[in-house]
Amino acid sequence: MLEYRVEIALWAISGIIPFFMLNIWTNNNLNESINLSDVMLSRYFLCAFFVRQFSVVWVVFSFEEDSLMGKVSPYLIQPLNPFFRYFAQHLAEQITRFPFALIIAFFFFIFNPESLWIPNLGILFLSIVSTFLSFLIQFLIQSIVACLCFWTEKASSVERLLFIPTLFLSGLLAPVVSFPAYVKSWIYLTPFPYLIDFPANLLSGNETNISGGLSMQILWIFLLFPLFKKIWSEGTKKYTAMGS
Amino acid sequence: MVQNIIDVRNLSKSFDISSKEPGFKGTIKHFFRRQTKSLKVIKDISFEIKEGEIVGFLGANGAGKTTILKMLCGLIYPSEGSILVSGYLPFRRKENFLKNITLIMGQKQQLIWDLPPIESFYLNASIYDLDKFEAKKRIKKLSEMLEIDEELFIPVRKLSLGQRMKSELLAALIHEPNILFLDEPTLGLDINAQRNLRKFLQKYNKETNATICLTSHYMKDITSLCKRVICVHEGAISYDGKLDLLLKKLSPVKEILIICRSEEDAIKLGNSGFTVKNKIKNEITIKIENKSITSSLKTILNNFDIEDLFINEPPIDEVIGKVLIKKDYDI
Repeated sequence: MLEYRVEIALWAISGIIPFFMLNIWTNNNLNESINLSDVMLSRYFLCAFFVRQFSVVWVVFSFEEDSLMGKVSPYLIQPLNPFFRYFAQHLAEQITRFPFALIIAFFFFIFNPESLWIPNLGILFLSIVSTFLSFLIQFLIQSIVACLCFWTEKASSVERLLFIPTLFLSGLLAPVVSFPAYVKSWIYLTPFPYLIDFPANLLSGNETNISGGLSMQILWIFLLFPLFKKIWSEGTKKYTAMGS
Repeated sequence: MVQNIIDVRNLSKSFDISSKEPGFKGTIKHFFRRQTKSLKVIKDISFEIKEGEIVGFLGANGAGKTTILKMLCGLIYPSEGSILVSGYLPFRRKENFLKNITLIMGQKQQLIWDLPPIESFYLNASIYDLDKFEAKKRIKKLSEMLEIDEELFIPVRKLSLGQRMKSELLAALIHEPNILFLDEPTLGLDINAQRNLRKFLQKYNKETNATICLTSHYMKDITSLCKRVICVHEGAISYDGKLDLLLKKLSPVKEILIICRSEEDAIKLGNSGFTVKNKIKNEITIKIENKSITSSLKTILNNFDIEDLFINEPPIDEVIGKVLIKKDYDI
């Protein structure tokens, strides 16, 4: 069992990119250019860490491996779309991550006591909803990419291409507000800023358009879900059950 | 009258296969100009299977047996022709159809590797809308039939292959399907585990009248479970009928080893019109046609001083092996 406990701890630690970014930002006083105080910036990156912990998705890798190993076949003849299994696995892992994320937050506040704040219940609730919607968007995007396994054996390569805009435009490395105005207007038309930037700003108490952000998240889910259904239905016709 | 539960008409399946020449040059060529060709793996086959039947699909590796099973259970889409299973088009994967069938592939598992099988059973029970009480009842019944008990609570990764296969079966049968597709279910199991599995399948078929479609390279699976076999050769059906008839057709003679009291008797027997395979001192092996075996033995016992005799059936694997390399058996 020890290896499982260590694995869970490593999952949680593996998401600490926002803390590295916080260090880079504060050491170089980059936040001055976007009128964000040190405290607000550190809260933003802590919230980005939390949002990332509860919205990270790896369904494309699981599905690709299962497809190549022939494990998808038994799932396909059950009266439940296999993606529900992956969805349940992600939710279960998020619950497992929670205590470790809290421990990391505890140490964060020990070293940054000035950043400690308690969000009001309403904002906390909306942040949880927004983080869940972010998870749904990422899950749908990756599921669509995962369905490419029906045509190509390496759908994860496409995912790696998507990871680049996700990394730069989602707010994981820098708050979207730090981009030039004309770039920002384009970024907000994509689903990326609603993955981390919007929920993290919401939770950290930074100024953000709550109704606009939530509406965009819901809109992206409504756009992606039918696309997923279509690609799934076409893909299963192409399925060759290789490896089984 | 027993109804057809599976009806297959003019079914064909083609796959696009790409080929690559070896070496660096081949890789570059493959990258820029991939050569693909369409390979017809199932060629215009038709058959019906009645409710409660156990049918064995026989064929060499790559003959198309597994592809047929995959199309029957809706896993892959047929290129041409029609399939009706229990009144449904399998590839549409309607909920009621999926609740009626199961597919078991030897060595491929659906159990959750790090958890005890019981967790997978309850997961499957919820997928098939069984309440906890019903699930518990079925797990108890099936685990008794399969003779597994403590194994239900041990992580799957710690179970032996035989225990895992039994657990796989339980997971696949918890919804009590009435059509079972079994692709090499005894693959890798030891002789006792194979026998137990066969016994279980016979019992399941008898108790539930389930239809079973089975592929196996172990002839014992076929001979002890299937009255009817469908032989597949290069994607086409080369024989569809009773296993007994096929065996009779393929091995029309039996070999009989006769030990005479004296060498003279053996010589006399050898000269009395029987086909002699070999003769060593007072032991002689002769070949007799199946249809005249009783009368021939009567003649031998009445006219010669016999110490002992042995009737040798030709090995079943050898007989079936002939089917796998022949295109057509007209019986």
